[in-house]
Order: sequence, then structure tokens, then C-alpha cells
Amino acid sequence: MAQLTIDNVSKVFGSTSVLQDISIEIDAGEFLVLVGPSGCGKSTLLNMVAGLLTISGGQIRFDGDRIDNLEPKDRNIAMVFQSYALYPAMSVEKNMAFPLRMAGFSKEDQTQKVQEVADLLQISHLLKRKPAALSGGQRQRVAMGRALVRDPKLFLFDEPLSNLDAKLRVDMRTEIKRLHQRLGTTILYVTHDQVEAMTMATRIAVMEGGIVQQFGTPAEIYDHPANTFVATFMGSPAMNLIDAVVSPDQQHLQIGAVNVPMPPGVKAPAAGTKVKLGLRPEWFGVGDKAEGTFDMPVRVDLIEPTGPDMYVSVKLDGQSVMTRLPAGSDVTQNSDCTLRVALDKAPIFDAETGLALYA
Amino acid sequence: MRLLRNYVPQLTLLPSLILVAITVYGFIALTMVLSLTRSKMLPRFDRWEGFSNYLKVWNHPRWEVALENFAIFGILYIGGTLLIGLVLAIFLDQRIRIEGSLRTIYLYPMALSFIVTGVAWQWIMSPDLGLERAFHIWGWESFRFDWIKQSDLAIYCVVIAGVWQASGFVMALFLAALRGVNQEILSAARMDGASGPSIYWHIIIPALRPAFLTAIVVQGHLAIKSYDLVVALTRGGPGFSTELPSTFMYEFTFSRNEMALGASSAVMMLVLVMVLIVPYLYSELRNER
Repeated sequence: MAQLTIDNVSKVFGSTSVLQDISIEIDAGEFLVLVGPSGCGKSTLLNMVAGLLTISGGQIRFDGDRIDNLEPKDRNIAMVFQSYALYPAMSVEKNMAFPLRMAGFSKEDQTQKVQEVADLLQISHLLKRKPAALSGGQRQRVAMGRALVRDPKLFLFDEPLSNLDAKLRVDMRTEIKRLHQRLGTTILYVTHDQVEAMTMATRIAVMEGGIVQQFGTPAEIYDHPANTFVATFMGSPAMNLIDAVVSPDQQHLQIGAVNVPMPPGVKAPAAGTKVKLGLRPEWFGVGDKAEGTFDMPVRVDLIEPTGPDMYVSVKLDGQSVMTRLPAGSDVTQNSDCTLRVALDKAPIFDAETGLALYA
Repeated sequence: MRLLRNYVPQLTLLPSLILVAITVYGFIALTMVLSLTRSKMLPRFDRWEGFSNYLKVWNHPRWEVALENFAIFGILYIGGTLLIGLVLAIFLDQRIRIEGSLRTIYLYPMALSFIVTGVAWQWIMSPDLGLERAFHIWGWESFRFDWIKQSDLAIYCVVIAGVWQASGFVMALFLAALRGVNQEILSAARMDGASGPSIYWHIIIPALRPAFLTAIVVQGHLAIKSYDLVVALTRGGPGFSTELPSTFMYEFTFSRNEMALGASSAVMMLVLVMVLIVPYLYSELRNER
């Protein structure tokens, strides 16, 4: 049985509909990431699960019991906020003990619990300090500690890493993932960063415009995007969408004068249909032709070396295509060359609706 | 010419520096010197009394009353404005519809001078003119409110008028601080199981500490300085039962021709102010670093 069920939930502010018929189910111990651009409604959904916002329609169930009519404190949920939301006037110890104190635990139990969690997060030496005297990463740990002491059934994270610098963000990402694997608690995590989503999640819900665009495992989302929004949102650099027309024999896609064979996993639409061919930058390569690849004549437009790779922007029949090639690949700016591209996973999308056309 | 140009900033500041040095610090020093002389109606610097004027002030029954009143007034005035200001601010912070106009109404007494407040409250609290008479006319014959005529209660009338005047200002201070409290902290407290009153008690009010400090210092120095309110409300009376250090100082310096005595009481008021202000400046400057 699913542990957390979000069933046809919607949210309306005044006359503006913010979320429409959201349905998501996850099992105990899953790490669900809600990802999407700002304003897509992901934080609203999180706050509704937390009980900080009321829902306008639908149900939220936990272990089969409705929780959307309960007060936040009765939901057995803990939350880590984007600004960490530590209580400024209290020491770290008091901050972490606060939920226990409100729940009426004895002083000894409070101290013991706080000490346990502090050891787990390696913040024991900070217990006497005030939040103002902590660094961003330390505050982050304290905020997680305050959520952990209550031993909740569900953790909510609201963009917890967005206030950290790049290096710390990567470290904390690893740490949260490790913590999840160690504790096995269900986590609902909101972010706008698709890398965080891909690295940590067991399931991802990609949201845009108040709608879940796709819900699935990271591999499903990445390899079989349901539409052009998901395809371009997940992955960096973004997937290229190349305008193409289905050839009369339905076996090829015509990109100007270039005839690309129809990718294997797609359902070919009628001849003459306008489609978009999705090509991830890392599917491009240089060198000898291999099985399932296609040689594509392009003109090199711009080269951006990143260290291990180089991002090479090329023109294919006038359309810009971003490719990711190994460092040191033999390409020169403003010259024609041939790139081979693996088409085995390539999706095509209906040019009108943006929906993927899988076989 | 170039030399002149280099010193333009200093030269521009010089007149005001000289003025401040003479009119503020010069006269503070002069007052201190005066307090050591035997000046009566006019300053005299030919006879030195040492600290005997201070002893005279400390042993004076009116100074004793003034200090006692200052303690009552200071504690109740500061405490009262803080409490009322905080409660008003918390109510106004509930995102009510007519907040703007209410804020103005509460803040408005601050725009009045203490003299106007004093006169108005003198009328309100006078048994012959104000509340007591109004209730008598409306038929409540036994109603009594004549604190202003009773020497042991008159100082509380000063407190009432002062609190009325300054609570709105304290409210504005607290309201600004309340608006600065991070909303996520309130959400976190709700998730952690705190209910409305305990969120205020455990989270919000502790977070208002800087606002408390500001309010206490501002109200504290107003309490020490307050002179016009007493003069307009009770003229220090009945008798000298509402005497404050400031009225004591004025009375002795300008009405009783005891200038040296008045000067020593003024110096002691300065010490009182400094006891309040110096810790404030210290903590403010330390925080800036």
C-alpha cells in the first residue's frame, strides 16, 4: 500500500488556479523530488502536505488515513525550510529540543534525543551556540536535526540547499542521500535544480504550470520524457529539439536536406507530420561510425571547454544544436565536420502538442 | 589656495563643532562647576562649597519624593508603554482590514506635545470637570475618580497620561519588528507543535529583543526628561507630591534662587541618563562591528 497518497489535489487562490488535479503515490522509504521552475506550484504542494496551506480539493492520505484536515503538528511530519527557519533567540540545543518540549517530553528525554541526533549529524560541538554564530552549512544541519529529533514518518524539504555555495551544496546533497539510506524515512523534497532531483530521488515529479508533467523514476524521466517540457527541463545542457518532417516512407525524418533514420523506439506518425526530434548533447560523438549511429553533417559554431568535456554548439540546417564532446575532440570553430549521433534512445515529439510519440 | 581646499571639510564642520562644544559640552561643564559653588540667584564663583550641595540635595525631602516618583513613574511608564504597545502591535499584526487607520489613531498622541496631553488629561481627570463630573451627570452619583487631588495617587495620573501618549510609538516600534520576523520561522513553529500563544511566547517575543532594547532606552530617557507633562498636569502638586527630578531642578534653579542646588540635581540627572544610555550605545556599537 502506498504510504503517501496525493489524490486529485487542487489549490485555488481567489480566482487563480495554482494546482490542478495532482495525483502522486509513493511507498514508505521513497525519496520523492518535486522539481520544476519557480512558480510551478511545487512549494504550494509541499506546504499543503505539511498542513501550512489548506487544500481546495482532493485528499491527502498517509498510510491510508486522511491527513489533509489535520493540524500540521498532528500529521507526524517534519519540515526543513529554505531559510532553515531556526529560532534566533534559542541556542542550537533549545532549537532542536523545541518540538520535543512542545510535545511534552521530559527534560532527560529531550537532552538524550538531542544528543543522539547531534551525534548523528556531527553538530554536538555546536549545541550551545546561537544560530547567528553558525555558518550556512551548520545551520542546515541544525535545521535537519530539529526535524530528525521528532522521529517523524515523513520529511519535507523545501529547497534546503539553495542558500549554500556550490561546493557545500554538492556535499550536503550527498549527505542527505546518505542519511535517507541510513534512516529509511520517506522524504518529499522540493527543488528547482534538476541535478538534485536526478541524484537524490527514487521518484521524480516534474511540475510546470500547476500540473504534474511526468511522474516516474529518474531513469524513466531522463530516458523517456513524456513531453518537450520534461525533455528540456531535465538534463544539462538541455536536450535539443530539432524541427523535422516525417518522410513519405515514414522511415526517415527530414531535417532540411538531411535525412535521419526514424529512431527505433518511436511510433512513426503519418508522412508529412511536423515533429521535433529530441537529441541529448551527450549522444553526439566524433570518430568512426558505430552500430545504431548516424553521421550528421554540421557546422561548428562555438566551442566552450569545461574541463572533462567541451560544449560545442553546431548548426544543423540552420538550427542550433548543443553537443557535448570529450575534451580534445578534433573540431575547429567555423568549419564543417561530421558528428555521429546515437539515435537508439532518441524520442520524437508532436510539434503541435509537444507530447512524446513512443511506440 | 590648495591648502585651503584640502581643509574644506574640516572648515565646513568647524562652526557647528564650536557651537556644540560651547552650548552642549561647555554648559554641561559649567553646570558641574556651578554645583560646586555657593551660587544663589546668579552664578558666583568666589566661594567653593565642594560636594556639600550634593549632600543637601540628597537630604532634601523633596528630592526624596522626586526620586521615589521617578522610580514609580519610570517603571510604570516604561512597563506600561511596553505592554500596551506590544499588545496593540500583536493585534494589529493579525492582518486586519483597517490596520492603516488604526495605526494612525494609535500613533497620533505622539504628535501632540506633552503640554497639550497634560492639559487635556488634567481636564479629564479633574473631579470638577472631567470623568467624575460626567458620571455624576449621567446619574452615577457615587462614582469617584479624584486621584489627581490625592497626594499619594496623583503620580499615577501622570503615569496614565504618559502611557496614553507614548504607547502608540512603542506599538509602531514593535509592529515594525513583528513584520521583520521570518514567516518561515512561524511555519516551523506550527509544524513543531506550538500553538498561537506559545508561538508568541517562545518564538516571536524573544525575537523582538532588539526592539525591546530600543523601546526601553527611548522611553527611559523620556521618563528622566519628562518635565512638561508634570507641569501641565499637576504643577508638581498637590503640594510637591508629583515632583520629579526635572521639576525639582527647575524649581530650585529658577524659582527659589538655589542655583547651586539645582545644578547639582541636574548633574545627578545626567548621571541617571548616562546609566541608561551608555549600555545601549555600547551594545549598539559592538553589534555594528
